[in-house]
Amino acid sequence: MMDRTDIIRYLQSYDGPEVSIMEVCGSHTGAISKSGIPSLLSDKIHLISGPGCPVCVTPSSYVDRLIELSMRKDTCVVTFGDMLRIPGSTVSLAQAKGQGAHVEMVYSPFDILKLAAKAPQTTFVFAAVGFETTMPVYALLMQTLEQESVSNVKLLTALKTMPPVIDTLCAQQAKIDGFLAPGHVAVVTGYKVFDPLAQTYKIPFGVAGFQASQILVALYGILHAYHQPKVMNFYPEVVTEAGNEKAQELIDRYFEPVDAVWRGMGIICGSGRQLRNQYSAFDAGSANLNEDHKMNQKCCCDKVLTGKMRPYQCPLYGKACTPLQPQGACMVSEEGNCHSYFINQRNDR
Amino acid sequence: MNNSILMIHGSGGQATDDLIQTIFTRSFSNEMEDSAVVAGHQKLAVSTDSFVVTPLVFKNGDIGRLAVCGTVNDLLMRGAIPKYLTCGFILEEGLSIDLLKKIVSSMAQAAKEAGVSIVAGDTKVIEGNGGMYINTAGIGFVDPKVDISAKKAQDGDIILVSGNLGDHHAAILGDRLSIHSEIESDVAPLNTMVERLLESDVELHSMRDVTRGGLATVLKELAENSQKTFHIYEKDIPVSRAVQDFCGLLGLDPLYMGNEGKCVCIVAKKDAQKALSILRHSPYGQNASIIGSVETDRPGQLLLHTDIGGIRRLSVLQTEGLPRIC
Amino acid sequence: MCVALPGKVQKVFGQKALVDFNGNQVEARTGLVDVKTGDYVLVHAGCILQKMNEIEAEQMTELFSQLEAFR
Repeated sequence: MMDRTDIIRYLQSYDGPEVSIMEVCGSHTGAISKSGIPSLLSDKIHLISGPGCPVCVTPSSYVDRLIELSMRKDTCVVTFGDMLRIPGSTVSLAQAKGQGAHVEMVYSPFDILKLAAKAPQTTFVFAAVGFETTMPVYALLMQTLEQESVSNVKLLTALKTMPPVIDTLCAQQAKIDGFLAPGHVAVVTGYKVFDPLAQTYKIPFGVAGFQASQILVALYGILHAYHQPKVMNFYPEVVTEAGNEKAQELIDRYFEPVDAVWRGMGIICGSGRQLRNQYSAFDAGSANLNEDHKMNQKCCCDKVLTGKMRPYQCPLYGKACTPLQPQGACMVSEEGNCHSYFINQRNDR
Repeated sequence: MNNSILMIHGSGGQATDDLIQTIFTRSFSNEMEDSAVVAGHQKLAVSTDSFVVTPLVFKNGDIGRLAVCGTVNDLLMRGAIPKYLTCGFILEEGLSIDLLKKIVSSMAQAAKEAGVSIVAGDTKVIEGNGGMYINTAGIGFVDPKVDISAKKAQDGDIILVSGNLGDHHAAILGDRLSIHSEIESDVAPLNTMVERLLESDVELHSMRDVTRGGLATVLKELAENSQKTFHIYEKDIPVSRAVQDFCGLLGLDPLYMGNEGKCVCIVAKKDAQKALSILRHSPYGQNASIIGSVETDRPGQLLLHTDIGGIRRLSVLQTEGLPRIC
Repeated sequence: MCVALPGKVQKVFGQKALVDFNGNQVEARTGLVDVKTGDYVLVHAGCILQKMNEIEAEQMTELFSQLEAFR
């Protein structure tokens, strides 16, 4: 079997047709930047970063709604750190916090249970953003809320699924010759979810873990399967064909498909998940948060998220838009494409 | 005396005097005068720093030890021998007096270890929640022959770091996020290793302590100041397995994690092994390592050669170093 | 954020487990996977998402030989 050195040598000396490979997951983008993978690839291999940062694709009206909730006297918004600095149509949660908004940052959604028990008069709203990887965590939280009859916790959902957005990208245009498929999404869904896409668009998918060597192996596989409808599992330690069925059942019990707005991409049919009708008491008003305002009209987040533009090709990148003064979501989140390129000064040649 | 700090302790009257007598003068040697009069020297280094850490006491240290070591290390980095410290305390109402005693005695111990005298001090009380803040200022004596500065890195020089990175940051953050670990703060005065380097004939060009912003921030600044290219090698950068996994769990990068008892040294190539040996045989330096070299191919840049042989350009710290989760 | 490395289950208590990552211990929910002490697991946002399978060297070799056959 080939070892890492052989694979790197292959990727460095690759001289076949020009190939563009999209990594859909923000953690893949981060790992690629951190390990310096672009510096190891032949000029014929292009890596494109996709729409896989959950907070980056969340529309501004969702952030506005979170802020509105957090300013209420009896309500506290609970969130992962990434959401704090994402701009809404006027301000971010972090800025609202400076004006008296109630916001708590946690490591796990389950941390909300402790907060809720301590202050029974306050309603705690979790900013439930994420893809298939995080959905079962929210489903498990819902199960716990039901079992323990917790009445002061709600979710504001902006949950999204990967296959429909990949479908949209492929259908729209895009010279994408293969996908580095998100490993932990596949842990939940199984790698089978990428099969129909591979068949329809005649392109390979390589499911990969998040260590540099795992990514290299998958890139090697994707190049070998050029224009072939193959789904290859390079992360068999945790990814199976069927995925985590217990997690899937739990997601289905609490959530149902809904049309969802992706920041910069518009509505994608059936790409979101919302709480089922019988659980609407746990919903903090997630429906119809579809408005999406750019804070700076020149921001190209939409083109960056869809792989039409590299972060460094945006006219604002590194000038008006930096991690300290972000103009769009992609420069804010540590998972965001622009942020990852900027902090690693990546200009890929 | 009550067992927590009250506003009256900041009145400037009897209660303030009692507090100073029972806590500070027991541990420190300062005279009760408006200013301290001390012996001088031809060339002095002066530095000041404020300390606002939460929690006040952490694994292997507390805000008091931090406040002494922080200023002592800043003086050392210019080649100065630290001599005198002043300290200003801002205490919040409600602070436990036992805790204050503990922190003050830890300061005294750190000062003793670092060979400095705490010669002047001040205490104020503000409304609040039992917290405290410390400012220290320090004076050190510089040998007129010593010339160490951020601008002096030269082509061919070797870059060394004095030990494992990220421990302090991980110890503090783990406490706040209830991740249980054995990771301890590295807070320490670096006198011995620096004094030995200065006394040796090692040609020492630049030195910086690696505090907030981490190794990447410090080296990027040095690369820019000297307009040289710094090449560093991931495989040679010392980070404990525990800190590596801590960072992996939270999406943090050890290169940007804060430390309180580490420095980088840039020395002439001919002296690299000697400098390494001095660091490794000094207290707090046993994991010292040669991590890279100074070149001129891309002025002002800091290039990390990654484990897989890739190159990553590093910038100064851009964000707050908050854990990202999703 | 996807955590690249697995942790090891130290103990299971009720619907939670203590998971160790080289000396860093976190509590994680077990509701999505049945785990026991000693299992290596993937943790995401405070939940165990999956158990790690032991991958036989042959599995990867097989995958690679398939790749070679593509061209």
